Amino acid sequence: MIEAVGLTKRYGAKTAVDDLSFRVRPGTVTGFLGPNGSGKSTTMRMILGLDRPTAGHVTIGGYPYRKLPNAPRQVGALLDAKAVHGGRSARNHLLCLAQLSGIPERRVDEVLGVVGLKDVARKRSKGFSLGMGQRLGIAAALLGDPQVLLFDEPVNGLDPEGILWVRNLMKLLASEGRTVFVSSHLMSEMALTAEHLIVIGRGRLLADMSVKDFISHNSADFARVRVPAIEPQQREKLTAALTGAGGQVLPEAGGSLRVTGLSLPRISDLAHEADVRLWELSPHQASLEEAYMRMTQGVVDYRSTADRRSGLQEPLPPGMQPLPVVPPAGQGQPGWYAPPPPQRGGTPFAMPRPADDGYGQDGGGRAGRTGPAGYGAQGSVAPQAYGVQAPGAGRLEPSAAAPPAPPASAPPAGAPAHDTTERDSEDRR
Amino acid sequence: MTAQPTPRTPSPGAVRQAAPETSYTSPIPIRRTHLGHAITSEWTKIRSLRSTVWTLGIYLVLVVGIGLLVATKTHDTDYVDMPYTIPAFFGLILGQICLITLGVLVISSEYGTGMIRTTFTASPQRHRVLAAKMTVFFCVAFAVSVLSVGLVGLVTSRLHNDSSNRDWLDTVFKGSLYVSLLGVLALAVGSILRHSAGAITTVLALVLVPAILPAFLLIPHSTRPIGNKMMEYNAPNALAKIFHIDKGIDGGTAQLWVLAALTAVAVATAFALLERRDV
Repeated sequence: MIEAVGLTKRYGAKTAVDDLSFRVRPGTVTGFLGPNGSGKSTTMRMILGLDRPTAGHVTIGGYPYRKLPNAPRQVGALLDAKAVHGGRSARNHLLCLAQLSGIPERRVDEVLGVVGLKDVARKRSKGFSLGMGQRLGIAAALLGDPQVLLFDEPVNGLDPEGILWVRNLMKLLASEGRTVFVSSHLMSEMALTAEHLIVIGRGRLLADMSVKDFISHNSADFARVRVPAIEPQQREKLTAALTGAGGQVLPEAGGSLRVTGLSLPRISDLAHEADVRLWELSPHQASLEEAYMRMTQGVVDYRSTADRRSGLQEPLPPGMQPLPVVPPAGQGQPGWYAPPPPQRGGTPFAMPRPADDGYGQDGGGRAGRTGPAGYGAQGSVAPQAYGVQAPGAGRLEPSAAAPPAPPASAPPAGAPAHDTTERDSEDRR
Repeated sequence: MTAQPTPRTPSPGAVRQAAPETSYTSPIPIRRTHLGHAITSEWTKIRSLRSTVWTLGIYLVLVVGIGLLVATKTHDTDYVDMPYTIPAFFGLILGQICLITLGVLVISSEYGTGMIRTTFTASPQRHRVLAAKMTVFFCVAFAVSVLSVGLVGLVTSRLHNDSSNRDWLDTVFKGSLYVSLLGVLALAVGSILRHSAGAITTVLALVLVPAILPAFLLIPHSTRPIGNKMMEYNAPNALAKIFHIDKGIDGGTAQLWVLAALTAVAVATAFALLERRDV
């Protein structure tokens, strides 16, 4: 059991981790998610006593890490695949770690077999690939047969076979009753591995809930409705009918509509009443990845911009305006990532508040308090009906409103740009 | 965008429901760790690196090689009032650089590679790790020095039979102690600075600058006392006194104490910073 209470870490003016409280329970794989720079690794380091928290504390099984009588026998950790002296062989690396906690030498050969590094045991780890480094790190974590395991991005650099192995290994370790805490920035990976999720952004707790709850609260079902493409007025008509019946309608790229709040038969009935033919009416569920991106889009620190290659272009003649970049229809709108959360106006996203212990209440309150800055605005504008999207988009915070125009579809401004890109591709050939 | 519900495999769920809060306990009993474990571990670390083999190999070549060369080129008359270990002195003057490098590398290479995070995760009792590093390094450096200086002394005494009236055994120990302490000082500086090049440069400067600076400090009258002290206590001169180059009788004991005090201060600083800093 890992328990963090009010964990805070500041580096000068920058707050890496801000008043973080959570509990990681034994018997399950707990995923630790957040965008790059959200404080995952800092939190991990504080759990392991490498960094001293500015405020708050974190304990493992009731002990602060640095007070554990034999840490590797109780906690195994993979922090960084490259945290190894490259000049030492894999076996000697594990051997010196084993000796540090009185683990017999034969255990070293055992874990080398478990992670599949037996053939390169005598090779210096300098020449290891990232995947082999990860395996060596996992071997070090397993060395002491610990009851608590922490993995920081364990599948980085692993091949598909290795990813599957890590996934199954973590599930196995958890099923034995161990506490398994895995950080990742890949929601899709966590959806397959973890049972419980702790999501942070900019060092703050965004969600602490089971994957099941996360799915049901954050990725509500929606229906995709397509009307004959040649009759745009039919689409307008259907949109009006559906909105009138209390549904939310969002146009998608390709002319289809994304409808939430109405059941499929009801949509069909409404279409029939409005005398609109349907070419498609299909049930969908927004993926976990979408829900996660919607949750964290306000707290992403490092965001890429579309490469317009303007640095390569000749300056435009005076008086000429660059062609406006038209975003693909539907994208960049509020609620594009996923339908609006079930409850509006309150917490920015679904966060269950179980009253079984004081802790859950606490976590929920924290998320609610931090919310409005990031998502409150978005939550309130999200249920936008089709047709009034322009002012809605204007109200959105700039980062979310900026259309994520994919570089491929971004039309180069002006003719010279076109030439440049063509020359570029010729050069490459 | 096609949005598909992510499939989930329900494998450990059943187990969790059966035993929600019982956590795993290893069948092998957990024993409290102590300094002995850390020393074994550090011994494995120091012997499993090529940098150790290289620095100590060069050290041996310098001390024994130069020592034997000097021993064969000297005459019996040269050893009147001199210990038989005097040929080893010339090797030690250069060889101490190897021990300084190794001392720094013992700790700074861990910071450079990130290994230190793995080490301090495996042993959150950081002071124990540093103490073990210093113990192991000192023992290795001292043993290698005693062997090499002793060998030179032994060979020289065979080559120049009965020409010296001085006891040479204490010079073996004092000389070895001096260069080993210098290595421990380097280790402490390495732990404070956490950067190989920076630490090696600092310690080399500490050794060489007091040997060079008196040449300038002795010129103006006002700085002459400082220049004299530097001249007396700098590292090459301390070794010279230990090997009775100046034919004195004190044998560099005062210089040894100065180095010991300096090392103690550096070690104390290293320990104090170690517990406080993030790694």
